[in-house]
Amino acid sequence: MENKYAIEANALSIYYGSFMAVNNVDMLIEAQKITAIIGPSGCGKSTLLRAFNRMNDFVPGCHVTGELLMQGKNLYSKDIDPVEVRRKIGMVFQKPNPFPKSIYENIAWGARINGFKGNMDELVEQSLLGAALWDEVKDKLQDSAYALSGGQQQRLCIARTIAIQPEIILMDEPASALDPISTLRIEELMQELKKNYTIIIVTHNMQQAARVSDYTAMMMLDKEGSRSGTVIEFSETKRIFTNPKDKRTEDYVTGRFG
Amino acid sequence: MNLKSAEARKFRQFDLKKKFRISESIIQASLFFAGILSIFITIAIVYELGKEAMLFFNDPDVTLGKFLGTTKWQPGIGQYGIWALVSATLVTSFIAMVISLPLGLASAIYLSEYASSKARSILKPVLEILAGIPTVVYGYFALLFVTPILKSIFGDQIQVYNMLSAGLVMGIMILPLISSMSEDALSAVPRSLREAAYAMGATKVETSLQVVLPAALSGIGAALIVGISRAVGETMIVAVAAGSGPNFTFDPFKAAETMTGHIARISGGDLSYNSIDYTSLFAIAMMLFLLTLVLNLISQQIVNRFRERYE
Ligand SMILES: Nc1ncnc2c1ncn2[C@@H]1O[C@H](COP(=O)(O)OP(=O)(O)OP(=O)(O)O)[C@@H](O)[C@H]1O
Ligand SMILES: [Mg+2]
Repeated sequence: MENKYAIEANALSIYYGSFMAVNNVDMLIEAQKITAIIGPSGCGKSTLLRAFNRMNDFVPGCHVTGELLMQGKNLYSKDIDPVEVRRKIGMVFQKPNPFPKSIYENIAWGARINGFKGNMDELVEQSLLGAALWDEVKDKLQDSAYALSGGQQQRLCIARTIAIQPEIILMDEPASALDPISTLRIEELMQELKKNYTIIIVTHNMQQAARVSDYTAMMMLDKEGSRSGTVIEFSETKRIFTNPKDKRTEDYVTGRFG
Repeated sequence: MNLKSAEARKFRQFDLKKKFRISESIIQASLFFAGILSIFITIAIVYELGKEAMLFFNDPDVTLGKFLGTTKWQPGIGQYGIWALVSATLVTSFIAMVISLPLGLASAIYLSEYASSKARSILKPVLEILAGIPTVVYGYFALLFVTPILKSIFGDQIQVYNMLSAGLVMGIMILPLISSMSEDALSAVPRSLREAAYAMGATKVETSLQVVLPAALSGIGAALIVGISRAVGETMIVAVAAGSGPNFTFDPFKAAETMTGHIARISGGDLSYNSIDYTSLFAIAMMLFLLTLVLNLISQQIVNRFRERYE
């Protein structure tokens, strides 16, 4: 990778209509690292995450100001194709959402629409291996994805994302609907994935952020009475959890609020 | 909590005794009655049809072989080939479905996936108006507007009364039905599936056609079934525009009478209750009933094969 940073936000603000949900975020996100975004409910974590792969384009009235740079290009400039952006920046959602197709087809579909011409069986196997799901499903690839457990479905969603070989994988509370064992598997998987991908994860689980991430961004509503969220502190995870600069961060990560 | 009033204390009282809830029972009973009623009516119709149709088949002149094995229908002179009527029903219904299914689906996809709320607010009322036009108006629209156009295209190859014109207009009549039922099915597909597709780098067309559409297939299948039933049972359009005389042909340029059109015409005249013409109507109706049933079962099979279940 030629660039130390996978993606950078410069003075990025995100609006729903005239309401500013995220205010003036600057972030340099290092490649092949896991960056966690934490913060109280409603402070704009999902909004920020979805801005990274232009998923907010589908929300009427949602627009951004500032820049989001990937390899020197502003992903919000006019000549950028959002479809290509999403191909390079994959996303795993809070609730597993496999396609109502077979396990095999869940993975093959994304590759096919993105013009994959190689050996599909091999790609499916490699992706499932990469998502630590292969052993559990190798004998039932033609079964419906909905026959899998929630944790397996979530790993299938990760598998189909890595099948299209993105640069960055965004995860919005990917384990919040899962039991502790499935959660652990996903966390282990993330450590494996970061060898090849940059991961940005939103989580409500402090221990999870501390366990898995290299960097942590702390988001908060920017001031009393305002409804706009912003990143109040962004640095190495160890530092955020042991020696934060901001008093609010300290209160939040230690479980003392308000 | 520390509520003081007597009512408040009563609210807190502990009472696990079984209660008789009168409104629950009344509503349950009326729902049950409504369910039973529709079953009862269906049985009554089938029974009546069957009874009268039996009279027809009991006639020494009528045999099942003649009924199903010949292609001329004129009970007055001993010709009982039902295919003369079935063929016209099949041809007009087929044409109607060829028109209404793709157009209805396309408009449903447009409405649910593409249309801005402004476009939707114009298009939906237009479709509802289409759905509200009386079928006799459609019939004369076919005869007086569509047929002349077809004549100017095909010339004398096409008869004044013809199945093509009736079928086309019937397709227009069914289109809003297919469209609105399919749109409901498409809109019911969870947003999370669309997001999943977009997040994979899918375009809008890929998402709509390869993810949303297959996921909505069972609802679209229901639209297909209702549409076919509508087409097979439609009477006025075919009575006005398709021709009035049984004619075994699959040529859409020709005039021919459908089962429904025939029933409407014959029962409109003087009929004595024990004539063969009279009882034959019930045999036709029975056939119509069976045909609808078979077509429904076939469409159900097709849909089951291709549908994708979410949850
Ligand atoms: N589609 C939308 N339209 C308008 N406002 C929205 C929309 N989605 C989110 N918001 C608003 O933006 C703000 C941030 O929401 P967001 O979902 O990003 O919060 P979050 O940090 O992810 O919260 P949670 O932890 O509960 O998921 C909230 O005030 C929310 O009401
Ligand atoms: Mg969120």
